[in-house]
Amino acid sequence: MIALSDYLILGAILFCLSTAGVFINRKNLIILLMCVELMLLAVNMNFIAFSHFLGDSGGQVFVFFILTVAAAEAAIGLAILVVLFRNRRSINVADLDSLKG
Amino acid sequence: MSFAMPDFMPALPEMFLLGMTCLILLLDLFLTERSRVVTYLLAQSTLLGALLLTFTLYEEGRALTFHDTFVIDPMGSVLKAVIYLATFLVFLYAKDYLRARNMFKGEFYILGLFGVLGMNILVSAHSLLTIYLGLELLSLSMYAMVALQRDSLAASEAAMKYFVLGAMASAMLLYGMSMLYGITGSLDLGHINSSTAAMEGNQMVLAFGLVFIVVGVAFKLGAVPFHMWLPDVYHGAPTAVTLYLSSAPKLAAFAMMMRLLVDGLAGLQEQWEGMLVLLTVLSLAAGNIIAIAQANLKRMLAYSAISHVGFLLLGVLSGTEVGYAAAMFYVIAYVIMGLGGFGMIVLMSRAGFEADRIEDFKGLNERSPWFALMMLILMFSMAGVPPFLGFWSKLAVIQAVIAVDMLWLAGAAVVFSVIGAFYYLRIVKVMYFDKAEPGLPAMSASLDLRVMLSANSLAVLGLGLFPGGLLALCVATLA
Repeated sequence: MIALSDYLILGAILFCLSTAGVFINRKNLIILLMCVELMLLAVNMNFIAFSHFLGDSGGQVFVFFILTVAAAEAAIGLAILVVLFRNRRSINVADLDSLKG
Repeated sequence: MSFAMPDFMPALPEMFLLGMTCLILLLDLFLTERSRVVTYLLAQSTLLGALLLTFTLYEEGRALTFHDTFVIDPMGSVLKAVIYLATFLVFLYAKDYLRARNMFKGEFYILGLFGVLGMNILVSAHSLLTIYLGLELLSLSMYAMVALQRDSLAASEAAMKYFVLGAMASAMLLYGMSMLYGITGSLDLGHINSSTAAMEGNQMVLAFGLVFIVVGVAFKLGAVPFHMWLPDVYHGAPTAVTLYLSSAPKLAAFAMMMRLLVDGLAGLQEQWEGMLVLLTVLSLAAGNIIAIAQANLKRMLAYSAISHVGFLLLGVLSGTEVGYAAAMFYVIAYVIMGLGGFGMIVLMSRAGFEADRIEDFKGLNERSPWFALMMLILMFSMAGVPPFLGFWSKLAVIQAVIAVDMLWLAGAAVVFSVIGAFYYLRIVKVMYFDKAEPGLPAMSASLDLRVMLSANSLAVLGLGLFPGGLLALCVATLA
């Protein structure tokens, strides 16, 4: 039997990995978007685990909403990425430095 | 479990907004470039209609509907009314700016209205799920609006930064929400509040979840150290969009904080109070000091917004009803002043000239004494000089922290607002004592923009002379 804490630890590891990915990655914006998605999935893991062990369906409903919103978010993120690439001809994170001060 | 039809009446303004926005979305497809003004007029009348509905539904008590996920109470109704009015002004100010830049499209108004719907849901949220959905509806609209000027390098970069950091903030908030859900077993804020208040002893896990919630809220408000996106976004976005971002969403962020921390986690007040003190001091310090070094007015106003968030948090962290009312008064006052400040930049700008550098305001007094006076009123008010509105709002939040014996914090707030006065007064100095650069085109704004902007600035003066009404309203809604 897998205990609740195992799921939570897995969720926490995924969340930390994706947060680290956002900050460490200096090369590619698409990887950055993937890390953001992974953060949301880590949260989903938590919600599902809690929902199962509490015997309450509210958490699973929440997960459906998160998945839907994440899809919309990915669409907007990729659209912004395309606009950025057209203007700059690069998706390197380190190149995003024209706004400073 | 039986299915009962929910009471739709409390959510009538939101449903009206949604219906009208979808209608405008459809109608806009069939309009030609020349008749685009119909979209604008419909958007404005939608906001006024929603205002009217909110006004007629106003009640003293609070009512829950949709299985307790949606709440209507006086605080929410007042905030919604200010949101409609602020967005109405934003649309009005932005019209000429958008036209001059070939951005006078339906998208701006549709995204703006969807943003308003998101803010409304956020203001009326009574469940973690509605908070999240309202927040995302607002945020997604704002990401798209920042990127609206497709050929602008700065705008697309700002949009990308905003998107990544905003999405991360949402994920943090969600992680905190998942912890809260796990501990309390419910998504309903009322239930969360009663079960956290009843919890004895070890609150470690709860505090762990709370940290993530506070980080998420601080990101959305733009409090230091989670403010990195704010100056870049304000600077990079087209001024019309900056105007939108800096006004009504602040009210929604305040409402989100009230719903989560006060309605949902009042039992953990000792813990979140400490975190908010840290955010407040850092915001006041960083906002006011970094703003001094800015040469771009939009960027300076962005740092000024960060410092205003610091003041707003002062009221909330005091943890009393008087403090919450003071914070609400502060955020409404800030929205009125911020609308005027960014509105001035919109007024001064024209095709090919953004007017967003401080030197663009040189010698404004010679070119247009009336608007120099209006800008003077706004800057004095933001600096907190009596008798303008900004002074009373600062006074109210500082009184609230003194009332709970946090004298050192009140002292720090006063010191930093004195430091902050420097950069506001520099604008006044530039307008009145510097010579205008030759070759600046004459002001060409349309009449409605001039009249409303003057009214906005005079409202700052008028509400400063008679602050009692607005303050009493805030106190009454939170009592």
